[in-house]
Amino acid sequence: MLAPAVPKSWYLPSKPHKFCPGCGHGIVLKALGEVIDELQIQDQAIFGCDIGCSLLAWDFFACDSTQTHHGRTTPVMVGIKRSRPELTCIGYMGDGGGYSIGSQHLLNAAVRNEKVTLILVNNTNYGMTGGQMAPTTLPGQKTETSPYGRDPETTGYPTMGPEFLAELTPDSAYIARATVSKYKQLKKYLKSALKNQMEGNGFSFVEVLSTCPTNWRTNAQQSWNFLEDEMEKYFPVGELKNPLGKGDK
Amino acid sequence: MPRIIGNPKKSFVTGNETAAWACLVAGADMMFGYPITPQNEIMHYWTRLAPKHGRGFLQTEDELSAGFTVCGSVQCGKKAFTATAGPGNVLMQEPFGMAEAMRLPLLAIIQQRGGPSSGTVVYSQQEVTLTTFGGNGEGMRIVYSTASHQEIYDYTIKGFNVAWKYRFPVFILGDGYQAKMREPLEMYDPEDRGIEMIKPYPLIGLEGKISAGREPQHLCNIYSLEEELYEVVMKVAAEYEALEDTIVEYDEKYCNDADIIIVSHGVVSRAADDAVKALRAQGIKAGYFRPITLRPYPRKQLRAAIAKSGAKKLLIAESAYGQLDRLTKQEIFGENVKIENLFKPGVGIIDYDIISKVKSVL
Repeated sequence: MLAPAVPKSWYLPSKPHKFCPGCGHGIVLKALGEVIDELQIQDQAIFGCDIGCSLLAWDFFACDSTQTHHGRTTPVMVGIKRSRPELTCIGYMGDGGGYSIGSQHLLNAAVRNEKVTLILVNNTNYGMTGGQMAPTTLPGQKTETSPYGRDPETTGYPTMGPEFLAELTPDSAYIARATVSKYKQLKKYLKSALKNQMEGNGFSFVEVLSTCPTNWRTNAQQSWNFLEDEMEKYFPVGELKNPLGKGDK
Repeated sequence: MPRIIGNPKKSFVTGNETAAWACLVAGADMMFGYPITPQNEIMHYWTRLAPKHGRGFLQTEDELSAGFTVCGSVQCGKKAFTATAGPGNVLMQEPFGMAEAMRLPLLAIIQQRGGPSSGTVVYSQQEVTLTTFGGNGEGMRIVYSTASHQEIYDYTIKGFNVAWKYRFPVFILGDGYQAKMREPLEMYDPEDRGIEMIKPYPLIGLEGKISAGREPQHLCNIYSLEEELYEVVMKVAAEYEALEDTIVEYDEKYCNDADIIIVSHGVVSRAADDAVKALRAQGIKAGYFRPITLRPYPRKQLRAAIAKSGAKKLLIAESAYGQLDRLTKQEIFGENVKIENLFKPGVGIIDYDIISKVKSVL
């Protein structure tokens, strides 16, 4: 049997990776690895990961990488990019890190049109800490801290990240929402988000809808159904801003 | 590096202006900062000076961001710094913790203001505990408590070198008085004093292509196992302790025959110096001891001063409610001296205060 094709930019000593079975992170990181290869940026990429499940990617790539703190990947990437503009900075975070504890950094980096690429994996809960309610938890969805289902009356509605970032950024920003269920599109968006940074245009952001069977307590079929039937319905997938001019409107 | 000052220049400036010039001549590449009184003018001067010398600045959304952008900047090999005070110093404990954990050579200038909480914007020595032992770590930091503008200048230059040589975060601990006062300063280029500035180097974004065989750098900041973290912390602690004798700085006067030694730091030590001279003139055998580094603390030197003088008492004088006091007691535990205190949290101390206190306890 042939071994599956592995991106050249993956760091093989850290494989197999440490994510739970059925977790979507592996799909996002595979797409990202292929994009790094295709753009030939392994030598200039700086990969920064947040705390949360995304921390498990700290040695995922054969790229110079750093772990930060929960929510603080954005400013660390901004600090690097501002200091060494020739580097391609990729911040990798979850929905809690990006939309909750690190939201002031995300918002202000967008307003300043910081030339970094941020990838935010949305799985509707805090995975690493055991499945608490996240800013992206769907109305009615049960989590450890919303055991009777998220009540928008008391906890608000899910954060629509790409939508609010699109409002804050100039036209040179790249903003999209992808899903692990549409791999080719995911890869295309990640590639555009990196190209947009490399061309010096501006802030580049991709939210990726992803699965968390461990905390959702779902089997494979149920996980995929939740992703495709619930999440993708609530969070529209597509490009909101594409200054590269090749959007799939 | 091209000379910036040229011939040593006498000037009459504020401590904040002093700090900005010191960062400039020390070769700082980047400042990241957020407005908070009383450090604002460091940013004001830096934003005027930096573009003329090819240096960078970013005003961030808060102090968390200022601290973490500094962390990113030093990780990729730039001499970066920040400045803050009070509640800003509280927020920066998170990035300062990362700098401790990952051995990031950042430099931060702290101009203490009154606390707790928003307190005052004026002055205090109430950020000693926070600056020395803030964060969820073990205080593996180097903290210089300055007492004059010349020291702000000298120790900022030195601080960058110490940070980059030993890779511990370095703090220049000033206060609102030092920040806002004007006093004489001699500015110079470090090279003219024989000070060789250490070139910064990257920890990520290294030379050499990974695709051509260079090992990728993976900087770790969270560990899966207790034992992994234990190994890291013990290694850092051992390296820190091995450096203590090299880094410790202090000032001591009239301690050979002192009956009472006044222990103070920062700007209060100037009042202590005057007080000791006045007391001596009145026949009272007072001594003076000032830790310049609060971390690491000159414990051996203070113990030696107590031993050689045979002093029966220490008077700890500070513009805080016992922060230097606690720091000192833990460092000289077991010494047979009675410890008196003069605590004036958030308020200045003058020689008269110290003289009166000494007379009341002798």
